[in-house]
Amino acid sequence: MLDKSCVHTYSQGGLHFAVDGNSGAVHLLDDAALELINLIISERGIENRADLTEFLRQRPRWQEVGAEVLELVDQGLLFSEDLTEVPPRPETVVKALCLNVAHDCNLRCSYCFASTGDFKGERELMPFEVAQAAVEFLLRASKHRRQLEIDFFGGEPLLNWDVVRRTVEYAQERAREHGKVFRFTITTNGLGLTPAISDFINKHMYNVVLSLDGRRKVNDRVRQTAGQRGSVYDVVVPKYRELVAGRKGRSYYVRGTFTALNLDFAQDVAHIHDLGFAQISMEPVVTSEEQDWALREEHLPRILEEYERLAELYLERQQEGRPFNFFHFNVELKKGPCLYKRLSGCGAGYEYLAVTPQGELYPCHQFVGNEDFRLGSVWDGIVHEELPLRFKDAHVLNSPTCRSCWAKYYCSGGCPKNNWEKAGNFLGVDELSCQLEKKRLECAFYIQAGSQPYSDQE
Amino acid sequence: MKKHIKTLSGTPLKNTLLHGGCGECQTSCQSACKTSCTVGNQACER
Repeated sequence: MLDKSCVHTYSQGGLHFAVDGNSGAVHLLDDAALELINLIISERGIENRADLTEFLRQRPRWQEVGAEVLELVDQGLLFSEDLTEVPPRPETVVKALCLNVAHDCNLRCSYCFASTGDFKGERELMPFEVAQAAVEFLLRASKHRRQLEIDFFGGEPLLNWDVVRRTVEYAQERAREHGKVFRFTITTNGLGLTPAISDFINKHMYNVVLSLDGRRKVNDRVRQTAGQRGSVYDVVVPKYRELVAGRKGRSYYVRGTFTALNLDFAQDVAHIHDLGFAQISMEPVVTSEEQDWALREEHLPRILEEYERLAELYLERQQEGRPFNFFHFNVELKKGPCLYKRLSGCGAGYEYLAVTPQGELYPCHQFVGNEDFRLGSVWDGIVHEELPLRFKDAHVLNSPTCRSCWAKYYCSGGCPKNNWEKAGNFLGVDELSCQLEKKRLECAFYIQAGSQPYSDQE
Repeated sequence: MKKHIKTLSGTPLKNTLLHGGCGECQTSCQSACKTSCTVGNQACER
């Protein structure tokens, strides 16, 4: 059988593409190939290879391009069949923790999903003893897994810097004893950065995520200090510059959030790049629909256009010799993750957990504060044993919508929290997020092709 | 070499079932997003 349900064709910037969702293959097409593949998709009489061969035999004009299509079919790279059953999973273990070291923040961003830092609970800081117990829990729970991850998150983690620093030192020492490696990440709003803190981050953190929404007016409109004094942008940009100057090639992201108030967010990405930052992420806001800044269905055409603009900006600056990296336009087409990884997605709830200042475990930072999703604690481990299984089973092959989607093995089903919020369960989808993710993928493939022009092919 | 179609990706994903699943790869949400999920941007650690 030829599975046409997961083949997606599109054109962007004068280039044509076909994505074979089941195999993950991405093809750059000329006009004739695009026309033929679309014809095959729409032609009801073509159901299998023999039908296709006969169809091509009767139409000599398609002979040459048809032979190429048949070759891809035989290689399992076009109209390929999906897995008939879910492969048995290798054992999964907890390998990453998001430590909410501070349920407090010195900013009062209007769109904050963490309710301006307190996650709808008490404003509190994680004691070192809890962080220490979290490290021990991770070392235990990760079993044979060597590479472990800890993200210092909040709220604003710099409000509890001493605990961050001590936890890094403690974890490194314990990792040496266990023959493991910790990768640390910190996500900060930058207000509390000092030269000494930046130096420590640059020495010990594998990645640092620096929050900035772009242009001063865009940033300061939604990212304000608790007392609404002064420009946050003016305070953090010089601090970020100093920190990034010391990264020496290590990973970092200047990460922004775009909302309905800045649908021209490509300009914010350009602005961040102009400030001297080349590693950029810009995320759609996650908030309830009634807020002024919420992204809604009506904004979709404008957002999709903006992603296209951003893709052009990306290529222009690459051609000018001053490239930047946009997180969501990254796609690894040749050495990407295995199918097991693509079926596990973010791993929330069983590979990746969040820890509150009191040591409670939740499936991820987005679920913190929702009692129904409390899994256990860093001392007792996971006691709500049924819940991780629900997360594990919420993969694209079990979701009717995802199963027939060409993007399923690239997005892995999206954010479980967004899906749960919008669809009421883990196997439904957040349709708006899907549309954005599919557009970003289209742009990512376009960029990969644009970086190696079709006329230059071997 | 094809004249009309250039494949940008590698072999079918099904092939990775033979040797994948080591689990040493980065957790996707830890990298830069925290509010969405993308997996296809990661490189295999092997």
